Amino acid sequence: MKTVYKVADDRFSVETYVTGSGEPLLFLHGAGGLIGFEPFLDLLGERYTVYAPHLPGYGESTGGEFIEDVFDAALFYHQLMDELGIPSAHIVGHSMGAMLAAETAALDTRRARKLVLASAAGFWLDRHPIADLFATPFNELAALIFHDPKSALAQALTAVPDDQGAILALYLERMKRLGMASRFLWPIPERGLGKRAYRIAAPTLLIWGESDRLIPPAYAEEFLSRIRNCRLEIIREAGHMVMYERPQAFVKAVCDFLAA
Amino acid sequence: MKFTYFHLMPYRFLPEGFKQRYHSVWVDIPNRIYDPKVGHRLYHEYLDQLEYAADLGFDAIGVNEHHQNGYGLMPSPNLMAASLARRTRQATLVVLGNSIALYNPPVRVAEEFAMLDVLSGGRLVAGMPLGTSMDANFCYGAVPSTLREKYREAHDLIVRAWTSPEVFAFNGKYTKLRYVNIWPRPIQQPRPPIWIPGGGSVETWDFAAEHDYQYSFLSYFGYRAAQKVCDGYWEVMAKKGRQLNPYSLGFALGVVVTDTDADAERYYAEHVEYFYNRCLHIAPGFADAPGYRTLKSIQASLLPQPDRKSMAIFPEGLKWRDFIERGFLVAGSAATVRQQLREVIKGLRCGHLIVLQQIGSMPPELVRRSTELFARDVMPQLRDLWSEFEDRWWPRALPETERAMPAPVAMARAGADKVAP
Repeated sequence: MKTVYKVADDRFSVETYVTGSGEPLLFLHGAGGLIGFEPFLDLLGERYTVYAPHLPGYGESTGGEFIEDVFDAALFYHQLMDELGIPSAHIVGHSMGAMLAAETAALDTRRARKLVLASAAGFWLDRHPIADLFATPFNELAALIFHDPKSALAQALTAVPDDQGAILALYLERMKRLGMASRFLWPIPERGLGKRAYRIAAPTLLIWGESDRLIPPAYAEEFLSRIRNCRLEIIREAGHMVMYERPQAFVKAVCDFLAA
Repeated sequence: MKFTYFHLMPYRFLPEGFKQRYHSVWVDIPNRIYDPKVGHRLYHEYLDQLEYAADLGFDAIGVNEHHQNGYGLMPSPNLMAASLARRTRQATLVVLGNSIALYNPPVRVAEEFAMLDVLSGGRLVAGMPLGTSMDANFCYGAVPSTLREKYREAHDLIVRAWTSPEVFAFNGKYTKLRYVNIWPRPIQQPRPPIWIPGGGSVETWDFAAEHDYQYSFLSYFGYRAAQKVCDGYWEVMAKKGRQLNPYSLGFALGVVVTDTDADAERYYAEHVEYFYNRCLHIAPGFADAPGYRTLKSIQASLLPQPDRKSMAIFPEGLKWRDFIERGFLVAGSAATVRQQLREVIKGLRCGHLIVLQQIGSMPPELVRRSTELFARDVMPQLRDLWSEFEDRWWPRALPETERAMPAPVAMARAGADKVAP
């Protein structure tokens, strides 16, 4: 169900997808944002109360002008959690969202009950340079982020509409979203998480798609070596968009970890 | 009407099949293609052209800033302007410009522009572009969605550094300085004229209008595509209650002048084709970083949109007749060029024509001929345009009698040649 929350008076208006029941679970989307086709959220909703907010600047959420760096973003999530009445929750982040989830957990160690970081951004390794998402034209995106770029799913999620008006609308929304993402990811998606990751106290699960060509699984090592209580699960036949490509496997990994 | 002889300083020797073999002419073009020995000759060839244009009576000579770019070899236009300041006397120096948000701290621009103004005896026009997305975001790493704010702050700092008689502290968001106090300060008081080059973003018009700056529209799409942009600019000026003074608008255009109309295609076509098909081979992914343009500017869609299939901005394999039909450049005999330019200038209502005469791979002899014909048979005949308006965006240089004269180089004097090993 779509709900719009006012946060910090009228500073932020936050479009949030809320579903399910159980312990609270906060899902933080990646740079592309929520696209309205997220079956994995409903699957998670069978066990948890899932909150999936659009970061300000994404979807109908407003207040992006108040979020200029990862600290602003982490504090925004703290504020949002307080106002949702879930001062702590399981936090699951994808890609850029995983980077922000890690910052959220590091800046206030009481926020994350357990932490799941999927295809996580946040580090830079010279020997595994991360492809430039921002310089990748939309029609070349599928090859970068999907295990099988020819799959019906990959094609559907990166289809360019026929109608000029629809193309412009898609372009505008994409520019708006990635423009916001650039504040954390441009030009190198690294903002010093390595200095703060030692603070993360929550048990942490890393999930990586085996064929992630955007942020290769080699990056898991960085997280494993810096977060105290941390383990890795690789999902086969999945790329960067692991939870879209293998929703059941993703949800099972998350639920097993959260229930353990 | 005023004419600026503008140079991009392109590399003239990009290889055959450049478009097929390389990803982009800008940002990630491999620098092994660039031969510094060739580059040495090119710099001097191009500076010669600018100096010759000054001799021929162009009102101004112009240079600009690009980075990691195969058709723009001036990461620092100020170095070129410094060289030109010594070898020219009358011409205005249009540096169009420095991407002010990229200098750290931006007082560096205030200082270098002040140096140029002092060195040239007050002949500087200070251009202050936001910078293209390729330059600012991809080459220099500026975060796209905050670039415009950073730019405005840099502008405020530079203008204040030029005009404040006192040392001041500057507590900006992007730059914090305890002591701003530039030495030297500019000759022109209170400051050199400021031109804002732009590519059609609507916010840039607001900015230019707010500050009463000249706006220069730079594009390679030519004069037909420029009509919508210039109309939009004048609409904003009218709404803000500004005088519709043509000198507040500059427009850049490629111009080829030949003895006969047929000569234009015959001698110049391959070099212009080189420009559009090799120099402008910009990878679509580099053209428009997310957040660089505001949604308002994207929605305005003033410029031709990329092809949906190829995402290319310029269609494949453009030929001479396409350039002419689409109005990308004006070419032909002096009579043809005169007549067309008069229409373009009046249609766009621009008081500053920024003329590009060295285009693509054009060799010096062709550039020389076209430049001479323009200066002799086109420029004087168009000077009468807009004579009823005052150009308030032009330098107030020192009178000739107060100017220092560079001394001739005398190798033999003081036995300099004997001192050398």
